[in-house]
Amino acid sequence: MDTESTYSGYSYYSGRSRGSHRHGERSRDRHKSRGKDSRSEKSVTITAPPAEPLLADPAVRGEQVQDDNWGETTTAVTGTSEHSLSQEDVVRITKDLEESVGLDCRRYLGLALAVVLGLLVFLTPLAFLALPHLLWPEKLQSCGTACEGLFISVAFKLLILLLAVWALFFRPPRAGLPRVFVFRALLAVLVLLFVASYWLFYGVRILDSQDENYQGIVQYAVSLVDALLFIHYLAIVLLELRQLQPCFSVCVARSTDGEARHYNLGQLSIQRAALAILERYYCDFPVHNPALLSASKSRAAKHLAGLKVYNVDDAFRSKLKAYLFDSPGNNAAAAAGMVQSQSRAMIAATARRRDTSHNELYYEEAEHERRVRKRKSRLVVAVEEAFTHIKRMQEEEQKKAPGDVMDPREAAQAIFPSMARALQKYLRTTKQQHCHSMESIQQHLAFCITNNMTPKAFLECYLTPGPTLQYGRDHWLARKWTLISEASVTSGLKDGSTFALRCLDFGLVVTTKRIPYIQMSEEYIDPKSHKFVLRLQSETSV
Amino acid sequence: MSKYIPGQPLTAVVERIEIQKLRQGDNLILGFSIGGGIDQDPGQNPFTNDKTDKGIYVTRISENGPADVAGLREGDKIMQVNGWDMTMVTHDKARKTLTKKNQDVVRLLVTRRSLEEAVKQSMGKKQ
Repeated sequence: MDTESTYSGYSYYSGRSRGSHRHGERSRDRHKSRGKDSRSEKSVTITAPPAEPLLADPAVRGEQVQDDNWGETTTAVTGTSEHSLSQEDVVRITKDLEESVGLDCRRYLGLALAVVLGLLVFLTPLAFLALPHLLWPEKLQSCGTACEGLFISVAFKLLILLLAVWALFFRPPRAGLPRVFVFRALLAVLVLLFVASYWLFYGVRILDSQDENYQGIVQYAVSLVDALLFIHYLAIVLLELRQLQPCFSVCVARSTDGEARHYNLGQLSIQRAALAILERYYCDFPVHNPALLSASKSRAAKHLAGLKVYNVDDAFRSKLKAYLFDSPGNNAAAAAGMVQSQSRAMIAATARRRDTSHNELYYEEAEHERRVRKRKSRLVVAVEEAFTHIKRMQEEEQKKAPGDVMDPREAAQAIFPSMARALQKYLRTTKQQHCHSMESIQQHLAFCITNNMTPKAFLECYLTPGPTLQYGRDHWLARKWTLISEASVTSGLKDGSTFALRCLDFGLVVTTKRIPYIQMSEEYIDPKSHKFVLRLQSETSV
Repeated sequence: MSKYIPGQPLTAVVERIEIQKLRQGDNLILGFSIGGGIDQDPGQNPFTNDKTDKGIYVTRISENGPADVAGLREGDKIMQVNGWDMTMVTHDKARKTLTKKNQDVVRLLVTRRSLEEAVKQSMGKKQ
C-alpha cells in the first residue's frame, strides 16, 4: 500500500510545473488517501525535491506555508523553500555552462605542462647516459667498476625521484583556484631553467667536443639527479611544510545566520587559505537552512512598514523641524531624517504607538520551543515503539523459520509507516523537511537496523542539523564559490586581512588575526627553596 | 606608638587603667580579648601601622564588662600588667599574667595612638 502511494507521488513531480496543477492533484490525493485510511494505517510520503529547476511563482510558496494539514491528508508532499530559489537555479545553471569550458581548458593546459615537464625531467639523465653510446661509441672509454656502480646509483635515485614526485604531485586536484598557484609555477620555472642549463652545458662541452671520459659523463648525470632530488625537497618545504605551523587565527562567519567558527592556518596565500576554509566549512558548519531565516525577514518587513515617507516642501519642513525638536524622544529620528535627502521627511509613526515587536518575538519563540519539544517527545516515543517490533534473528532461528525473514531494507520499510507521521511533523516544525527525503530516511533506518543502533542513534541526525557534507549534494546550496578580496588573491595572509567567499545564497566572511609573538623568559627555582613557616594568630578572651 | 628598636629603650605615652575582675561562676573574667605576642604573626594585626609590632593588643571588648567600664578600648596595646612587661611576651604568658586566680584587680598600662596625638597637640599649643 505504501509503494503505491509513493510511486504516484514521484510521478507527479518528474518535471511538471507547479501552480494550477497542484490544486487538482491535491484534491485527488486527499480523496485517495481517505479511501485508504478507512482500511489501514495512515501513510505519508515524503518526496525528494526534483533536481531540475522549476519556474515557481511566489504565490505557491505562500500557500505552502499556510497549509498545515498535508501531513495527514495528502500522500504527496511538496518540497518547500528550495523552490523559492528556482530563479537562482536557472541563473546558476547558465553560469555553469558558460564557465565550465574555460575552466577545463585551463586545467588541461596545466596538466599537459606538468606531464611535459615530468617527462623532460625523467628522460634527461637517461639521455645524458645514452647519447654518447649512440653518437660516438668507438671513441668512448669503457665503463669501469666505479662507473657501473654509478649506474646503480642513478637508477635508484631516479626511482626514488619517481616515487616522490608521484606522492607529492600526482594527486587528484582538490579545487580549481582563480589564480595560478604561485609556488608551483615558481618551482616549474626553476626546474625548467635548471634542466635547460644542464642541457646547455652538456650540449656545448660534451656533445660538441665528443668527450671520451664516460665516467665523467655518468657523474654529470648523477649530479643532475641529485640536484633534482634537492629541488624536490625544496618543493616539499614550500608546498607542504611551510603552512603547517599555525600563524593566523581566522574567524569564519556565515552571513545569513551568523554561524561562526575559528580556525588556525599557517602562512598561506589568500586563495589557498580560502580553499582550506571551504574544505573545513563543508565538514564543520551546520547545513544552511533558508527556511529558518523567514521569521527575521518578516520582522524586518514589519519594521519598515511602520515608517511613512512624505514629499514635503520647505515651509512644511521648517514647521516639522520645530515640531520634531520640541517633542522629547524624537531627536534621534529627527537627526537621522534631516541627514537624508532634502526633499523628503521621515515621520516615525512608531514613535507614537508603543513598539511591541519584542514582546511578540519573545512569546513566539517560547511557543515555538514548546511546540518543538512536544513534537520531539512524540517522535521519540513513536520511534522507540517502532524499533521494538524489529528483532535481529539468531542463526539457529534462521534455519527453523525461513518464512518471514526480511533483509534490512524490507524491515525498514515495514516499521517506517508507524513513525513516519511523527517524524514528518517534527521535521516540519523545525523546518528541516526539505533536507530529508523519504528515500534517505528509509535508507538511514535500514542502516541503523543493520548496525544494531538504538532509536536514539537513529534520531540523532534529525534532531540536530549536521554538517553540510552529510546531506545530499542538492541540499548543499553551495556549489560554486567566488572569492571576493581587496588584496590580490595570491598575496599572503596578513594580520587584519579580510575577504569573503560568496556563493549564490549566502556568503562567508573571513577575518584574520595573527597569533602574537611570544617572548618567554626562564626562571630557575631551587627545589630546596620551598620552605614554609607556621603563622599563628590566636585571640584569647580573658 | 614608636617603633621598637632592639637594644634601645622604648618610650610611649600610656594610660593607667584599673580593672576589677568580675566573678562569673568559677572564673574571674575581665571582659576583653587579646591578640598578638612574640610567637604570633604580627602582619595580621589590624590595629597598628607597624606590621612588625609583636605586642599584645586588645582585639575585642565585651559590652559593659569590667574592661569597658574601666575605660579600655579596642586597639589598645598593653604595655604592662601589674608591673609585668607585656611588650615582649608570648601570647600564652600574657594570658596567664592577666588571669591569675589570686588577683582581683589588674592594673594595666595601655597606649593608643590617640594618646600620642593628644600629647603632641597639647605640646604644640604650649609652644
